[in-house]
Amino acid sequence: MEQIIIQTINGLVNGMVLAVVASGLTLIFGIMDIVNFAHGDLMMLGAFVGATVLGVTGNFWLALAAAAIVIAMLGVLLQVTTLRPLIGRDPLTTILATFGISLVLQKYALWQWGPSVRRITEPVPGEFRLFYLQYPWYRVATAVLAGLIIGGLWLFLKYGKYGIWIRATTQDRVMAQAMGIPVPFVHTAVFAIGSAMAAASGVLFGPFAGVTQTMGSDFTLRAFIVVVVGGMGNLGGSILAAIFVSLIEAYAALVVSPAQAGIVSFVVLVLTMLFRPTGLFVPTPK
Amino acid sequence: MTPRSPAGYWIAFAIVLALLTTAPLVLPPFWQRFATEILIWGLLAMSSDILIGYTGMVSFGHSAFFGLGMYGGAAALLTVKPPSLWLAVLYGLAGAGLVAVFVAYFATRLRDIYFAISTLVFSQIFYVIIFTWTEVTGGENGLTFSQPRLHLGVWSDRFTPVTFHWFVLAVVTLSYLLVRRVTQSPFGMVLQSIRENEPRTRAIGYHVERYKMVAVMLSGLFAGLAGVLYAIQNKFAAPDFVFFVVSGEVVIFNVMGGMGTLVGPFAGAAFFLLLREGLSRFLTEYYLIPLGIIFVAMVIFVPQGLLGFAKRALNR
Repeated sequence: MEQIIIQTINGLVNGMVLAVVASGLTLIFGIMDIVNFAHGDLMMLGAFVGATVLGVTGNFWLALAAAAIVIAMLGVLLQVTTLRPLIGRDPLTTILATFGISLVLQKYALWQWGPSVRRITEPVPGEFRLFYLQYPWYRVATAVLAGLIIGGLWLFLKYGKYGIWIRATTQDRVMAQAMGIPVPFVHTAVFAIGSAMAAASGVLFGPFAGVTQTMGSDFTLRAFIVVVVGGMGNLGGSILAAIFVSLIEAYAALVVSPAQAGIVSFVVLVLTMLFRPTGLFVPTPK
Repeated sequence: MTPRSPAGYWIAFAIVLALLTTAPLVLPPFWQRFATEILIWGLLAMSSDILIGYTGMVSFGHSAFFGLGMYGGAAALLTVKPPSLWLAVLYGLAGAGLVAVFVAYFATRLRDIYFAISTLVFSQIFYVIIFTWTEVTGGENGLTFSQPRLHLGVWSDRFTPVTFHWFVLAVVTLSYLLVRRVTQSPFGMVLQSIRENEPRTRAIGYHVERYKMVAVMLSGLFAGLAGVLYAIQNKFAAPDFVFFVVSGEVVIFNVMGGMGTLVGPFAGAAFFLLLREGLSRFLTEYYLIPLGIIFVAMVIFVPQGLLGFAKRALNR
């Protein structure tokens, strides 16, 4: 019983971090039909940039902001150079292009920062007693912070002028262009926002398990699962799915080893794709 | 690549075959082995071309078929005494075939990106199973075994690098001719019409799902064959080859060489492996940085691949 409660909290915290990654991915997919294979690697690079800035300045919040800004700029660069020429082609070519980007980014990180694990120290010290465990406050703070990021994104999309541009472009690209919305600019901006969110979640996740250059592909895969389970391009669904999948993985880890617990989320994905291909949390599949 | 005349095609085919046959006799040992490897990876890439180029389904899970071929071959070589080459091939095909049936049944119901993601996920499932089931698969270390002898009727001999190259060349050539025949058959035509327009193919009355399933199984079998050959060449089976990076490389071979040509994947594999060999001489493991950039540039500027590019340049 105690273990179940602990795993519930663990699942929720991991789920919130995953939700930030996945909402960036689903935003990019929803607006550009781009399946971004490099998303996890942007997260990984963000974590490395964060770790480096933290090493120099010692300020976690500065590192978080710097990582988000640097990776957003990288996102702009990638979008303009490689993804913009592919607009209007088969969406599968974007998978290939982003897969290539992911290879380059991964090896670049290895070259720049080496194979060893970087630690990011926790900005919120202290622990509280949870049954027989000392549970770090930082994990709770992470969940709250992730929630704030997602909430901020939601408010921005709902009420901000540019948020309305983005939603309009998602609904009907041609019509949005006709109404005077600069669609290519919106695409680039969305890619930048998605990249920044990936970077931020990378820095947030850093203190949990350290930063390595292989964490990217792991998160790409998990974010994919979440995005498909939640419904491609559906922001709310992705967030619910992130928490759902993380909780299931956390409970499964009670029974089997963590590596095998990953299979459980694969199974959830396959079942979702077979029976509810539009997503688990979409009220009326059309 | 559609040749202008059948005679021209067969002449080109004979020349390439002759070059590949004589290659191990003149090359130094390192490049001998390299040529054999290109053939094996080319076979794997060609199997994936059945899906990518002909049916229009991008598979990111070919490492599962390849890996199961490896482990299937390993199982035969480790459990059956004396180790038999043909039994290894059979076991490998059975292993890959089983996985292919499983993947085909579930993944073919999905289209485009969903198909790509589901094949990726399936291959990761098999990776995790193989990686964690240490008692059977050897876990991270994989399995090692000794090379079987070549049995042809009553004649039997140890493999030398040269005879192994010929053996691989024979298998690859037969596979190529078989797959070429299949893609030109009515069945292959249906696959291509699925690629061009799936709803219309369905409307004409073809059972699209059934055709896709057979295509995935066929593709999986040839990928498994490549896996067995690779296992026999290197005398081991390792979980690294089930990891999805291998699947990604297979897709890269296809894009670089030219999708939907069957020969293109071989050219792509040769191009990729030569580039890797050349670049890793002075960049070690960072060869993927320039290689990835070349790949992305090719996706953008030369989407029809090297063969398509060469064909256009020749026709100009």
